[in-house]
Amino acid sequence: MKKKNLAAMLMAGAMCFSLLAGCSGTGSTGSAAPASEEPSQGTQESAPAETGNQGTEPTGTASGTFKLGGIGPLTTDTAIYGKAAMNGAQIAVDEINALGGAVQFELQPEDDQADPELGVNAYHKLLDDGAQIIVGSVTSGSGIAVSAETYKDRVFTITPSGSSVDVIAGKDNTFQVCFTDPNQGTGSADYIAENLPGAKVAVIYRNDDAYSQGIRDTFVAEAKAKGIEIVDEGTFTKDTQTDFSVQLTSAQNKGADVLFLPIYYQPASVILAQAAAMSYAPTFFGVDGMDGILTMENFDTKLAEGVMLLTPFSADAEDERTQNFVKKYNELHGETPNQFAADGYDAVYVIYEALNAAGCTGDMSAEEICEALVAVMPTISVDGLTGQGMTWKASGEVSKAPMAVVIKDGVYVTP
Amino acid sequence: MEFLSYLISGISLGSVYAIIALGYTMVYGIAKMLNFAHGDVIMVGGYISICATSYLELPGWLSVLLAMAVCTVLGVVIEGLAYKPLRQATSLAVLITAIGVSYFLQNAALLIWGASPKGFTPIIPATNAQGEPNALPLFGGQVSISYISLLTMGACIIIMLALTFFTGQTKLGKAMRACSEDKGAAQLMGINVNRTISVTFAIGSALAAVAGVLLCSFTTSLMPTTGSMPGIKAFTAAVFGGIGSIPGAFLGGVLLGIIESLAKAYISTQLANAILFAVLIIVLLVKPSGLLGKYVPEKV
Repeated sequence: MKKKNLAAMLMAGAMCFSLLAGCSGTGSTGSAAPASEEPSQGTQESAPAETGNQGTEPTGTASGTFKLGGIGPLTTDTAIYGKAAMNGAQIAVDEINALGGAVQFELQPEDDQADPELGVNAYHKLLDDGAQIIVGSVTSGSGIAVSAETYKDRVFTITPSGSSVDVIAGKDNTFQVCFTDPNQGTGSADYIAENLPGAKVAVIYRNDDAYSQGIRDTFVAEAKAKGIEIVDEGTFTKDTQTDFSVQLTSAQNKGADVLFLPIYYQPASVILAQAAAMSYAPTFFGVDGMDGILTMENFDTKLAEGVMLLTPFSADAEDERTQNFVKKYNELHGETPNQFAADGYDAVYVIYEALNAAGCTGDMSAEEICEALVAVMPTISVDGLTGQGMTWKASGEVSKAPMAVVIKDGVYVTP
Repeated sequence: MEFLSYLISGISLGSVYAIIALGYTMVYGIAKMLNFAHGDVIMVGGYISICATSYLELPGWLSVLLAMAVCTVLGVVIEGLAYKPLRQATSLAVLITAIGVSYFLQNAALLIWGASPKGFTPIIPATNAQGEPNALPLFGGQVSISYISLLTMGACIIIMLALTFFTGQTKLGKAMRACSEDKGAAQLMGINVNRTISVTFAIGSALAAVAGVLLCSFTTSLMPTTGSMPGIKAFTAAVFGGIGSIPGAFLGGVLLGIIESLAKAYISTQLANAILFAVLIIVLLVKPSGLLGKYVPEKV
């Protein structure tokens, strides 16, 4: 009998463990939300009293205190996006509150670990806590689930960086600050066709991820239309994002001189290191997920030298507003803000403009605010950090000009 | 040439699996328990090495020694606190406890080091100061093996040979084999079973630390969940080679790495894991005790 027991135990163990492994990304954090990242409520509440007589009353008709609910990953491997977006949003909230105008904001961020289920949980918690407008979710996967709920409940939703089309598809009350994935793929292909003519392109993307797959699809379609030669495509999944030697060897052997990476920065950092190890040095071209690579702890920024990425925000832009934002972010959080911080910041200003255009008051219900804002969104134009004169289609899609940056000496510069 | 470079990347990946699998198989062979926390001890080893190099600014090789020391202590403490009280319990209870320990370590790491991935500086950097790759060119530079891969393969073979010698020739090694065959009889012969098992855990955990540093040198980044997937694959490798057998773990690990790499290159990057486990199933159907496992007939 001994042997039979043993086999049973092995099977049970393997099954248990693979189950556990499946949810380890979501099941392991819970209590670990870093308290220090929560914006301090104290400064928010005291702001109106201190600055009430500054006299820079905005020319709006909205008034009252509005409660914003923020949803994004504040823990786990995508925390860098959620924290940046929420920190950026908090800076905008503080700025608007400090104006001392009739509109005051309160922002409550909730952690969703970039998980759809936890995103919906976070949304319900925010509703219970009285949120009237949702800023989120920061990531696409969770954003799709959350916007489906907010559509049902009629709560106005603006996502700083949930870039998938599915986040806004068929939901008239969800709007994006960032580009949609098709836009990013198309924009990247257009940029490569124009600025890197004759490039042989290889693509490495994560095919179990809507974000990565979505950008890759439109990139390939547009590349075909523009006559860009795609010599190789490599894929990986969440479980295999630690070893890219095979995909890189294949791209190298096929003579690719541009490597398009529509993926997040963490696997991208592995790709950069492994490519350097095999002395393969194509032009790496990323999209907004690449943003954040420079702030990854312990990452050798020399590896990212010359990496190009499509991003609407560059911390070294010289306009006064960007400079102020970068300075403030640096003071508060000790690092240079990335695109997600700027998206979060802009999201709050978009809400601010829309509330003023619609003349909402703080005592309106979430539903009333939603209908009012949905009506005015296609009519407003907002100047933000991520674009001048941003406008929206009724579908929720933003229109603004994309911009490519290249990493030089550890900072973004415009090529 | 292309085939050769896929083969090389497969062998170096497989060597990492093999080192982890050696740790699994040691503990299983002697204590007859599956230490599912093994993968997470690897992760702890990686973090200790990062802390040693970036906060204490120790050289790479010293950080490996420090990681080994910390993981050895950790392994003994885990064994003493979590597994020793369950020596007489059913094997399922021990298994569940091991999974609990695994979760405990992951969450502790999350609290201490945070969730965001940390970059790991390989103990042999990918490129030297002149920006040339630290690699050994073969066939006039058509194929190259990075020094870190060579180091991993070398470490793997040395560890395998050392363990084989240790369990075969030394007094403590013989005691371990005695415990593995029959704990009761070993005790009657004057062997301190508890101490022997503790030593096994110490060795297994020290191996985990080495595996952690080498694994992270490949993946160049580290998260609290880094250890779980390689842990599962290494467990597969150990079963593939015949769990309990030291050369079997080595063979299983290397073969697994090669299959994974070639499947990715020639069949599909998506199906690589599925193919890997399909091969495992076929091997187990044909040879239920694994490639080099001993078939122990049941006594009635």
